[in-house]
Amino acid sequence: MSPDAAPPLEVHDLTVAYHKRPVLYGIDMVAPAGALIGVVGPNGAGKSTLIKAIMGVVPISGGWVKLFGKPFRQAVNRVGYVPQRESVDWDFPVSVFDVVMMGRYGRLGLFKRPGKADRDIVRDCLDKVKMLPYAGRQISNLSGGQQQRVFLARALAQESDLYFMDEPFAGVDAATEAAIIELLTELKARGKTILVVHHDLPTAQKYFDRILMLNMRLVAYGPTEEVFNMENLQKAYGGRLNILTEVAEREKAVAE
Amino acid sequence: MNGFIPAFDFQTVFVEPWQWDPVGTAWIVGMGFLVSAACGLVGTFLVFRRMALVGDAISHSILPGIVIAFLISGSRGVLPMMAGAVAAGLVTVALIEAIHRGSRVKPDAALGIVFSTLFALGVILLALFADKVDLDPDCVLYGEIGLMPLMQEARIGSVSLGPWPVLQMGIVFLVLVALLFLFYKQLLVTSFDPALARSLGIRASVYHYGLMFCLSVTVVSSFEAVGVILVIAMLIFPAVTGTMLTDRLPLILGLTLPLGAMYSLLGFHLALWLDTSIAGAMVVVAGALFGVAWIFSPRKGLLALALARRRIQHEAATA
Repeated sequence: MSPDAAPPLEVHDLTVAYHKRPVLYGIDMVAPAGALIGVVGPNGAGKSTLIKAIMGVVPISGGWVKLFGKPFRQAVNRVGYVPQRESVDWDFPVSVFDVVMMGRYGRLGLFKRPGKADRDIVRDCLDKVKMLPYAGRQISNLSGGQQQRVFLARALAQESDLYFMDEPFAGVDAATEAAIIELLTELKARGKTILVVHHDLPTAQKYFDRILMLNMRLVAYGPTEEVFNMENLQKAYGGRLNILTEVAEREKAVAE
Repeated sequence: MNGFIPAFDFQTVFVEPWQWDPVGTAWIVGMGFLVSAACGLVGTFLVFRRMALVGDAISHSILPGIVIAFLISGSRGVLPMMAGAVAAGLVTVALIEAIHRGSRVKPDAALGIVFSTLFALGVILLALFADKVDLDPDCVLYGEIGLMPLMQEARIGSVSLGPWPVLQMGIVFLVLVALLFLFYKQLLVTSFDPALARSLGIRASVYHYGLMFCLSVTVVSSFEAVGVILVIAMLIFPAVTGTMLTDRLPLILGLTLPLGAMYSLLGFHLALWLDTSIAGAMVVVAGALFGVAWIFSPRKGLLALALARRRIQHEAATA
């Protein structure tokens, strides 16, 4: 693919409101190609809302978003999405293979059915997350970590250049966590841009090369080592000191 | 007991109707099958979108739609009835959403007030214009599938295509099968993961309203046969019974057809035996078949669960 003049993601003065009550105000950011960005902030800070608004899943009340210099609808095939695991009904009567195949739907157009090439891609993606042996399983029989791998395989099957992941590390086992990190590193090495909503502050510093700190407004955004400091954390998390002391202790432990 | 339940005689219950009036019997059973299968296909998506009660709501709230359509057009023609039902169906869905969004009334409560109000409006209109509207309230509520052979015949030249309602239901069924085939992937992804669908550029709301449109058309085509109250059973039973037997959506959709055939055939003969409403008997059969599936389902059934529990206890005791 030819290099893009426009950045993968450009957000300008983005405002989102639910029931006429704003939940995100005036967000400005630009994501360079190959960036691995962690989106952090307290509960209700609008982390999920930010990525949903960028993808047009929730309506925007002000500002604009450009993906590769274009509005979302024109860049739809270059965007991959990993929603929160709890957002779907895992009793739904589909197999692991069926779910990953959904990642191909965006490329199939209105009436076309998945072909052999699509099935091969789905199998490859399942193999990458070590879920190929489970391809024929009904999804309700999976553990939390396995469910998350299925969602990751589906995002890989989208063959995108820009990925949005909503808390992929939430409630997964250590093996899955390692697999996700490996995958993120590989995607980044291939020049993909990834935004990850992340709940756990101590690990955020370790996983991401850029941090976007959010609390309804943009608190700070930039390279992790510049942004991830007590002053910004205090601004984002306010009085929720237990999290901050936890981070401070972690930092101290790392320093020693 | 013998005084209440008529004696069962295989000859009179199962054989004679097919000997005396094979064509009429076939229209009744065929209509029952078409209604169950068409409702089952639409209903499967309602069930997996957790919208089963929206089916109930729409089946009730189309009543004022068809009465108003009748008053305006002065006929029971297919097109005015369809237009009235679809308009009422879409108004119902839009109103439920508007009330939920505008007032923070929870969606189930919003659904309750919208469909009961519209249904009541329909009942009042029906009573007010009883002399002008050729719709029998009992028939609207409970349907009369037994009258199918007496309905006006559809003809092309001298060739009879069968009673109008059966022909209409047949066309609706075939169109539904075609739409399902064409838009299966969109229906699947918007049902399973609407957020992903939107991020893929698939407009979830288009398929939502499309499904509501199909639901309204299916329900209005079914109501003469099973009525607006029992149609909810036809929408929900095939999907939940199918779910007991398999965990693949295409198979659940496919099972709708044999299940519909069983509801219709067994319901018809049950009604004949007990000398009761055919639509009612069909629903009783549907309920009984669900019960059988629930008990004997190989993986989710009561029996399988009880056996698994005993095996675990046994293993724990011997270990």
